[in-house]
Amino acid sequence: MLSRTADNLFWLARYVERAEYLARIIEASTRLANLPSAYAGTSNEWESAVATAGCANLFFQAHEKATRETVIDFLAFSPDNPSSIRSCFETARTNARSVRTALTGEMWDAINSAWLELSKYRASGLNQDEHLTSFLSFVKETGLRFDGSAYRTMLRSDGYWFSRLGVMIERADNTARILDVKYHVLLPDAEHVGGSLDYFQWSAILRAVSALTAYHWVYKESLKPWLVADLLILNDQMPRSLAACYESIVRNLDSLSLAYGRQGPAQRSARAIRTRLENARIDDIFQSGLHEFVSDFIGENNRLGAAITQQYLT
Amino acid sequence: MAGTAPIFDEMTLADGAVRPAYETLARWLKTIPTDLLATRSREAEALFRRIGITFAVYGDAASTERLIPFDVIPRILTNDEWGRLSKGLTQRVKAINAFLNDVYSKREILRAGLVPEDLVYRNPAFRPEMNQQPVPHGIYVMIAGIDIVRVDADTFYVLEDNARTPSGVSYMLENREVMIRLFPELFSQHRVAPVENYTDDLLATMKSVAPRSASSDPTCVLLTPGLFNSAYYEHTFLADKLGVELVEGRDLFVKADIVYMRTTEGPKRVDVIYRRLDDDFLDPLAFRPDSALGVPGIMSAYHAGNVTLANAVGTGVSDDKAVYSYMPEIVKFYLGEEPILKNVPTHRCREPDELKYVLENLADLVVKEVHGSGGYGMLIGPKATKAEIETFRDKLIKDPAGFIAQPTLALSTCPTLVDEGVAPRHVDLRPYVLTGRDKVRIVPGGLTRVALKEGSLVVNSSQGGGTKDTWVLDS
Repeated sequence: MLSRTADNLFWLARYVERAEYLARIIEASTRLANLPSAYAGTSNEWESAVATAGCANLFFQAHEKATRETVIDFLAFSPDNPSSIRSCFETARTNARSVRTALTGEMWDAINSAWLELSKYRASGLNQDEHLTSFLSFVKETGLRFDGSAYRTMLRSDGYWFSRLGVMIERADNTARILDVKYHVLLPDAEHVGGSLDYFQWSAILRAVSALTAYHWVYKESLKPWLVADLLILNDQMPRSLAACYESIVRNLDSLSLAYGRQGPAQRSARAIRTRLENARIDDIFQSGLHEFVSDFIGENNRLGAAITQQYLT
Repeated sequence: MAGTAPIFDEMTLADGAVRPAYETLARWLKTIPTDLLATRSREAEALFRRIGITFAVYGDAASTERLIPFDVIPRILTNDEWGRLSKGLTQRVKAINAFLNDVYSKREILRAGLVPEDLVYRNPAFRPEMNQQPVPHGIYVMIAGIDIVRVDADTFYVLEDNARTPSGVSYMLENREVMIRLFPELFSQHRVAPVENYTDDLLATMKSVAPRSASSDPTCVLLTPGLFNSAYYEHTFLADKLGVELVEGRDLFVKADIVYMRTTEGPKRVDVIYRRLDDDFLDPLAFRPDSALGVPGIMSAYHAGNVTLANAVGTGVSDDKAVYSYMPEIVKFYLGEEPILKNVPTHRCREPDELKYVLENLADLVVKEVHGSGGYGMLIGPKATKAEIETFRDKLIKDPAGFIAQPTLALSTCPTLVDEGVAPRHVDLRPYVLTGRDKVRIVPGGLTRVALKEGSLVVNSSQGGGTKDTWVLDS
């Protein structure tokens, strides 16, 4: 397969995944922001949303204050934000057009329809909750549809594996980013533990990665910060956990090395990261610093992305 | 003479009689309500938009992606008509290939004085780099698109040869698919010769012209200028149907006169390149140094005989409108045969007598730039204002050799769905001729283009033309 094609498939999958994640962040933030301050705390939820999306710098260059209007516009529609949902869909479609032959008709249809549909939504209309809700479900459904059509229609060959790698690297990055921004609410703090204030923060984190129901099934307990962290970092049953993402990353890289008859730095470093996640215990992570653990992970995940690019995509 | 020639309608004769090939269709058109046709037409458009068939119009920033209007009423040719056409097309493309072989080697036709030397040497599409350079299997034009117009029941003219990178074949293929989906009943009432084997034919053609040094299963690719090219959709479509990689210049590199593509498994040798990139952009080392779309060194691999370019470099010298006027002589010279397909009578403005005639009759003639294409830069005398004619007269006097002139042809019309209902509109036809080492392949039919504006003769998609499915009926 052409390196450029593989590169496009990889990034196409990343952009769709990113768009879905942004939609979840907006959704969780709207929910938190609507709570009375006695429940949600006094922190500015919209500021935190921008940080979680990883575009705080860019945002504050364009806006002075993080408000519902400015943040939703920036995260969903701004052409100046290369990671806004709109930019993600646009880039995804451009990528899709340039690798049309590597996509199945269903995948193309998912992207192309999303791009056509996108023009129906305008930022101004989204101030009404009804419109925002339908917009966010549209974005999430696009993610499901694209993912589902890739899963159901793509040949199980290198193109599929590169596309999965894109999804998983992006997903791991997103999950880690939420933890990175919200780690302080997960840290044990005598004053707040068990208080209603953090409770809603924790559930917002879980909601943002669509893991609230899963939490209850796995732990059968009320929300505890260390269990939230355990679920998102180490639990390999949870599809958005770092552990599960790396399961899949290692598997897809192995498929590639098997098909191509050789392996390289990408395989080795992915395996090293997975082993670390397998051997880690949540207590130890808290002990040595949740924040440090997560920042290290984000760095390593980025380096793996670069290694994949180096090895296959250029 | 303008407006006096009766217009030949391919369905209905002047006396109201329906021509035999159209009998079933005419009956069907009478029974189907116009609004149902309009509904089908909208469904077709939705289908095209869904699959992403769009084209870009250069210089039209507001709409980088547009649909070419599709007309749901098919254009029908009989087996006999097609048989004659396809013989003529084969002959014509053979002659074009012989001409190119000659002008880049012995130049017998120039020495015989049949074609003026400056038409070749001073032609911007003539490539001195190709002088005395053999091409694999001596084939220059593997893929040709020959534009045909019809003026009466028996007369087909060649309007233009396209020997560089003719486009539009994806519309021929998709139009048929959409028609079969929308009007299954019509296909059960007609025996329509299939066109879907075009891409298989194209692949067989490409493989047949692989360089001798290639393996028995040569690697073919399609080289596109990229996403922003107006025919990009077609490039992806064809690569997909051919099952070959769609590459851009940056995906290829040349090492020791071998062309490779960059793949996830390392470099892979490429043997045949169906390139949809113009000569100028092909190799920044040989042609335009600012080309970011090409592949540095590809010409040296080509000259070393390690890669086949389809079409060859320098084919443009055979299809410009000035050389066109010599095609009857070219056919006779190389094949010793009378041309089966006629040329439109053409005035070469380079010849003083002809220029004089043209200047005196501008209002009745169509004047075209010798090197122009896409319907740009032409004057349609009978439709032009006085001012436009005078502007053109100045251009013509300044550079007579840059123009040819032809009588305004009464192009045939076909029934077409327009806002007011079903009405006759002018059409042309572009069949695609594939020339391999083993044989010439032509799928029956081609792309029918239709001028949607009433009375308009310009069928180019860049000027608001549409397309139709073209049927050749198996008798």
